[in-house]
Amino acid sequence: MTRPESAPPSDSPPADLPEGDQSVRVVMSSGDVSRALRRVAHEILERNKGSQDLLVLGIPTRGVALAQRLVHVMAEVEGRDVPSGALDITMHRDDLRRNPIRAIEHTYIPAPGIDDKTVVLVDDVLFSGRTVRAAMDAISDLGRPRAIRLAVLVDRGHRDLPIRADYVGKNLPTSRSERVQVCLAEHDGLDEVRISGGDR
Amino acid sequence: MKRHLLSMNDLDRNDILTILDTAESMHDVQHREVKKLPTLRGRTVVNLFFEDSTRTRSSFEIAGKWLSADVINISAKGSSTSKGESLRDTVRTVAAMGVDGFVIRHSASGAAQQVSEWVDAVVINAGDGLHEHPTQALLDAYSMRQRLGDLQGLHVALVGDLTHSRVLRSNLICLKTLGARVTVVAPPTLMPAGIETWAASEGFTTSYDLDAVLPCVDAVMMLRVQRERMSGGFFPTAREYTVGYGLTRERLRTLQKHTVICHPGPMNRGLEIAADAADAAQSLVLDQVSAGVAVRMSVLYHLFAGEGSLT
Amino acid sequence: MNTLIKGADLLGAGRQDVLISDSVISAIGTLDPSARTIDETIDADGLVALPGLVDLHTHLREPGREDAETIASGSAAAAIGGFTAILAMANTTPVTDTAEAAERVLDLGRLAGLVDVQPVGAVTKTLGGEELAELGLMAHSRAQVRVFSDDGRCVADAQVMRRALEYVKAFGGVVSQHAQDPMLADHNACCHEGELSGRLGLPGWPGVAEEVIVARDVILARHTGSRVHVAHVSTAGSVEVIRWAKAQGIAVTAEVTPHHLMLTTDLVAGYDPTFKVNPPLRPSQDVEVLRAALADGTIDAVATDHAPHARHDKERTFIDAAFGVLGLETALSVVSEVMVRAGLLDWAGVAQVMSVRPARIAGLARHGRPIAVGEPANLTLVDPSATVTVDREASLSLSRNNPWHGRKLTGAVHATFLHGLPTVLKGELA
Repeated sequence: MTRPESAPPSDSPPADLPEGDQSVRVVMSSGDVSRALRRVAHEILERNKGSQDLLVLGIPTRGVALAQRLVHVMAEVEGRDVPSGALDITMHRDDLRRNPIRAIEHTYIPAPGIDDKTVVLVDDVLFSGRTVRAAMDAISDLGRPRAIRLAVLVDRGHRDLPIRADYVGKNLPTSRSERVQVCLAEHDGLDEVRISGGDR
Repeated sequence: MKRHLLSMNDLDRNDILTILDTAESMHDVQHREVKKLPTLRGRTVVNLFFEDSTRTRSSFEIAGKWLSADVINISAKGSSTSKGESLRDTVRTVAAMGVDGFVIRHSASGAAQQVSEWVDAVVINAGDGLHEHPTQALLDAYSMRQRLGDLQGLHVALVGDLTHSRVLRSNLICLKTLGARVTVVAPPTLMPAGIETWAASEGFTTSYDLDAVLPCVDAVMMLRVQRERMSGGFFPTAREYTVGYGLTRERLRTLQKHTVICHPGPMNRGLEIAADAADAAQSLVLDQVSAGVAVRMSVLYHLFAGEGSLT
Repeated sequence: MNTLIKGADLLGAGRQDVLISDSVISAIGTLDPSARTIDETIDADGLVALPGLVDLHTHLREPGREDAETIASGSAAAAIGGFTAILAMANTTPVTDTAEAAERVLDLGRLAGLVDVQPVGAVTKTLGGEELAELGLMAHSRAQVRVFSDDGRCVADAQVMRRALEYVKAFGGVVSQHAQDPMLADHNACCHEGELSGRLGLPGWPGVAEEVIVARDVILARHTGSRVHVAHVSTAGSVEVIRWAKAQGIAVTAEVTPHHLMLTTDLVAGYDPTFKVNPPLRPSQDVEVLRAALADGTIDAVATDHAPHARHDKERTFIDAAFGVLGLETALSVVSEVMVRAGLLDWAGVAQVMSVRPARIAGLARHGRPIAVGEPANLTLVDPSATVTVDREASLSLSRNNPWHGRKLTGAVHATFLHGLPTVLKGELA
C-alpha cells in the first residue's frame, strides 16, 4: 500500500550550527539553493526536450523534498504537472550489516509505473555513489525504465563506484573527513548547505 | 530491538510499530512482478519445525526467499530427534554448519528460549508448546490495524482456550503493548490458574459471558478450540461450547458495524465460529493469511539484516 | 585411637573438649591432653558440635544409574555435608523391593565407609502402586529396613496405602509418602500452578494435589493407628493439615527440603531445568510458612531429597527434563542461612531437625544421640561464621544439577566423625 508523499518526518537531527565550531562554512545560501534547483529543472527539461515521459523520484529523506521542488518548477515552465514520487532504497543497501537497522521509508511510484519512463533520481548529496547504486537496483526490481538520470543538489566527489550525476546543483570539492550538511526548509526550517569538520 | 524474538515481551510498543510499518512496505513486494528484495542475500535461515505446520512454515519460507535469504526446511519429525538425539544436540549440530538463524516450532513451552541459550544464532519462536507464537500476534495486529487504524484504546475480545493457546497469549501481550483494551472470554476451566492476579497486574479483564462482551468491542478474535479438551474435562460437549462461547450467526448480528472478526486458523467451522461469521464482510481471516508473509518478512529483516555487525 | 576435639561449643554446655576413643565419646570437659595418648587433635575453637546429621531422603541412584551417582560418590557428598547417616530411597533400577536388594545397598554403603547408608524399602512391588512389596522380609533382613517409600511416585490407591500403614505396624515401620495426587498433578506437571505457570504455558502442579493426599493419609493413619511420614512438604496448606493432625494426636511426622526453604517458583521463569524439582518450587508465601513450621516443630525434620541427574537428563526442554536437585553438600549451609541467621532456629534447633528427630523417625539407634560420655561418636563440627560461595564444579557428587551454584551461604561443615573416625576434616574428605 503506497501513499502520496508529503514531506516525510525528518530522521536527521534539527539543523543547528554546532556551537563554537569555527570550521563550519556555509557554501550555499538559501538563494543559491533555489537558483541551483531552478537551473537543474530547466536542464532536465532541455535535455529531455520537454516533460514527456518524465518521472522524478526522490530518494528519502531530503531527495523527496528536492524532487517536489523540481517538478514544481517544471510544471511552471511546461504548464502541466510532471509525475513525481519517492524511492526508498533501504532494502537494497550494501551496508546493512555495518549500521543499525533503519526503518524503511515509503516508496511511492505513481501509476502507471516506471516502464518506458525516463526516471530522474533526485538526492541531496552524491558522495560514494552507493546510495545511487542501491536506487538503480531498486528500480530494476520495479520495472524497466527507458533511461535513468541522476540529479543532485551537491556533488562532493570521492566516488567508490563508477557513477556520475547528470545534473548537479553545485560541485563541492571536499576532503573525506569533512561533513556536508544539506538543510531544507521542509525539514530543517531553512535552505542552506554547510561544510564542517575536516583536518586543519 | 532484541536479538531474538522469543516472546511478545521482547518487543516494546515502538518495536511493534516499526515491524508493522515495515510490513506495509513489504506487502508491496508481494504485488510486484519480481517478488524479490536483495536484503538478506547471503543469510541462511533454518526452519526447524518439530510440529507439523504447513501454513506457518511456508509463510516463513516465502518470506525468507523474497528477501533473498537461503531458507532450509528441517522437519524434525522422523529426523535424528526421533532416534533419541536431544533438542540441544539437534540445534547445535545445525548451528555448527554456520547458519545465521533458526525459526523454531516445538511442542515444549520454553523451547525457543532454551535453544537461544544453546546456540549463537538468532532465534525466532514460531510456536513453543502452549507458550507463545509472536509472529502470529504481529500479523493479527497488522490485519486489525489495516482495517481499524491505530489500536490504542480500542477494545478487543479474545475468545477461547487461554490455558492451552499460545496464539492467545501472544495476542494478549501484543495488544496490551499497543495500548488496546483486552477482555479474555472463556469458560472458567479454560482460564489458567492465577488469571486474576495476571489480569490485575497486566490490566486486562476476563469474562465468562460472551454475549455481554461482544456488542462492546471493536474486534473479536476467535481461537480454535481443540476437541481433545473435552476428554480432559474442560468442557462437556462441542454443542455446549458453541452455545456458550461460539461466534454463532445470532451473535454475529450483535456486533457493531465496524467490528472486525479475526481467527488465526485453522477454523473449526461450526464449533467456535459459524460459517457465516467466518465469511462475513467483517472477517479478516483471509487478510490475516496474506499479512503473514509481509509481517514475517519484516521480522526477518529487522532481526537479520544487521546481524553480525560490529557494534 | 584417641581423638581430642578442643574447645567446641557444646550447645547448652558451653565450650568443652571432647575425647573420642575408638567409636565412642569417652570424656567431655576441660581435658588435659597430656593425660593420655592423643592420636589426633582438632582445634574446634569457634566451632559448634552437633550430633552427626541424618538425612531421611536421599537418592543414590545405585543400582541402575551409576552415571549420575554411586553409593560411594553419594556417601562422599553426604560426609562433606556433615551427614553420618543417610536413607537411600528405593527408586533405583531395579527397585529396592526385596531383602536381597536392600542388603546389597547396605553392603555397598559399608564398603564406601563414609556414612551409614540405611536402605529405604519400596512400599509396592516395582513402585507399581498396586501390590505390597516384601515389607516384612526387608524389615528382618540385615538391612533392618524401617522406612518404606515409593518416593518418585505417590501411593495413590487409598486401599493400598491403608494396607501398607497397617502392615508396617508389626515391625515398627513407617511409610514415607510422596504426596502427589496423579489425577490433579500428572507426570507432566512441572511448575507450581499459579500466575507463572499460566504465563509460561507450563503444566501446573497445584498445591492441592499434595494437600489432598496429606489429608487423606493422616486420616488413614488415625484410623489404622499407624505412624505416617510426609516427604518433602511444600505448601502452606499441607502444613495446616499436619498441624491439625498433630493436634489430634495422629502419629504424623514431616520433612522439608533445603530448596523448599529457600528457593521460589520465579526461578523457573527462564525455563531453566536446573530448578525443575518435584514437588515444584513454590511462591514465597509458602516458603515463609514452611520456615515457620520448621521452627515451631510442625515440620519435624530437614531432609535433602538429594536427586542427582546426568547432564543429558537435565539438558532438555523444561517439560522433558528430569526432576531433581542436589542437596547433600549444601544442606547445612542453607539451613544455617535461612533459619539460623534469620533467627528462626538456633544451633540446638538445628541439631533437632537435622539429627535427633530424623534419627528417631528412621529408628537409627546410634545416630541423633546426645553428645555425652558413652554415646557413639557420630559428630559434626560446624563453623557458623564461615562463608561459602557454592561452586558446582567442586562437588563430590557425580552430577552437576546444582541450584545453589554461585550463591553465598553462611555456615559450613568443618568436620564429620563417623563412629569415631573422621570422614571430613577442614571441609574436605579426610
